[in-house]
Amino acid sequence: MIPAPFDYAAPATLDEAISLLEQHGDEAKILAGGHSLIPMMKLRFASPEFLIDINNIPGLSYIREEDGYLKIGALTRESDLEHSDIVRNKFPIFTDATKLIADPQVRNMGTVGGNIAHGDAANDHPAVMLALRAEVVATGPGGQRSIPIDEFFYGFYMTALQPSEILTEIRIPIPSASTGNAYHKLERKVGDYATAGVAVQLTLDGSGTCQEIGIGLTNVNPTPLRATRSEDVLRGQKITDELIAQAAKFASEDCSPSSDLRGDEAYKRSMVGVLVKRMIHKALERAR
Amino acid sequence: MKKQITITINGEQHAVEVEPRTLLVHLIREQLSMTGTHIGCDTSSCGACTILLDGKSIKSCTVLAIQADGKSVQTVEGLAAPGEMHPIQEGFKECHGLQCGFCTPGMMMRAVELLEHNPNPTEEEIRWGISGNLCRCTGYNNIVRAIQYAGAKMQGKETPSTEPTFV
Ligand SMILES: Cc1cc2nc3c(=O)[nH]c(=O)nc-3n(C[C@H](O)[C@H](O)[C@H](O)COP(=O)(O)OP(=O)(O)OC[C@H]3O[C@@H](n4cnc5c(N)ncnc54)[C@H](O)[C@@H]3O)c2cc1C
Ligand code: FES
Ligand code: FES
Repeated sequence: MIPAPFDYAAPATLDEAISLLEQHGDEAKILAGGHSLIPMMKLRFASPEFLIDINNIPGLSYIREEDGYLKIGALTRESDLEHSDIVRNKFPIFTDATKLIADPQVRNMGTVGGNIAHGDAANDHPAVMLALRAEVVATGPGGQRSIPIDEFFYGFYMTALQPSEILTEIRIPIPSASTGNAYHKLERKVGDYATAGVAVQLTLDGSGTCQEIGIGLTNVNPTPLRATRSEDVLRGQKITDELIAQAAKFASEDCSPSSDLRGDEAYKRSMVGVLVKRMIHKALERAR
Repeated sequence: MKKQITITINGEQHAVEVEPRTLLVHLIREQLSMTGTHIGCDTSSCGACTILLDGKSIKSCTVLAIQADGKSVQTVEGLAAPGEMHPIQEGFKECHGLQCGFCTPGMMMRAVELLEHNPNPTEEEIRWGISGNLCRCTGYNNIVRAIQYAGAKMQGKETPSTEPTFV
């Protein structure tokens, strides 16, 4: 399988990449790791006329703490995230997630920015970013803007990125000390997309009350989904097994999975409930 | 719309013309006639096409040749000089790490990067490490042992027993 013909440029600066996007409009696509785009082009699900490869642009791959944020450059590979000490110590949720994203070779190519920009509810980072209340930085002809993750995913493969914008950074607020986060997805085999996946981050105060909580769901809705009602049940409360059960029930009711080869709708709803419970418990353990 | 690229494969520089849509695996196999790198699934699932791109293992059926412009590629042909064996090749030979051999070049290229990061991998680490490579013949046990053998050999340690294990 070979993609349909296209033209290609690998600009050396962000400005050049943006002006190429302006010039080519809808016909152009950004090429990052290529591990969602190239398979789609080989299957002819996508036939862009122009590819703008951003891999030659320096300064788009980093993981650093700055101004109260963990900042991840768009071109950071999954394998960089997997092996980063900052991540391992403070955001074990990424260690949980990256281990379950595809396989080592795919993780050597796939980028965190691409995983989010693709706008696929089956990808794992979107739910994680919902739980962490990330912001997405987009750079376009008019400069930079920051988009809250809740306003980023619109519809099936649709995001808030404008045709001439490039996702350049993901910013994650660094939470206070008694915070725990966790991610798990049910998969049929190693490297498969999620049957259902759940990301949780919660912060406790000195008395053990849940101050803040984020819950994101993978692949059980047309878009990555925040389990708002489940969060509301727990925020401001001392977390009990009854409340966790209630949160799990709400999440399984509020998602809308489709029946497919990975399972039927009822099964997926039930798995969402199970995973919400487990991830809350795991995040609690890590917070304490 | 062909473009000129320069790519170093197994230490040798090649200046070639490719269409932007040419996949790296097709450049290697068809234009450069190095058929050690295999195509199994053609959908980035099986790992038969695994090569090293600037030292990192990647699936060459899902990378464009033009993305390798100015970069360095290592394929199974570059593991050792003719008549010699790289420790990973010796491991696969000694531990019966292959039957039909179709997955083997990809398995070995993946193992080379794995051992570089982790010279003494546990069985579990190896199984996670080769989770992007499928083998339809061996049942993986002897592949795990082949990789452990190579790890020991590369560090100049005593190599483990090469007797097959049955489970
Ligand atoms: C076998 C296999 C298994 C996989 N399993 C999983 C899995 O379990 N979980 C998972 O989450 N993912 C999985 N993936 C997807 C993989 O993680 C992709 O790499 C990822 O979804 C996209 O990242 P990329 O850098 O490869 O993006 P690309 O494929 O390069 O791009 C994807 C899309 O995003 C756009 N884009 C990319 N970067 C930017 C940017 N900076 N600004 C604007 N637009 C941009 C592109 O134009 C394109 O439309 C799998 C892929 C394969 C091949
Ligand atoms: S042929 Fe490339 S992964 Fe199977
Ligand atoms: S030896 Fe036959 S596929 Fe692995």
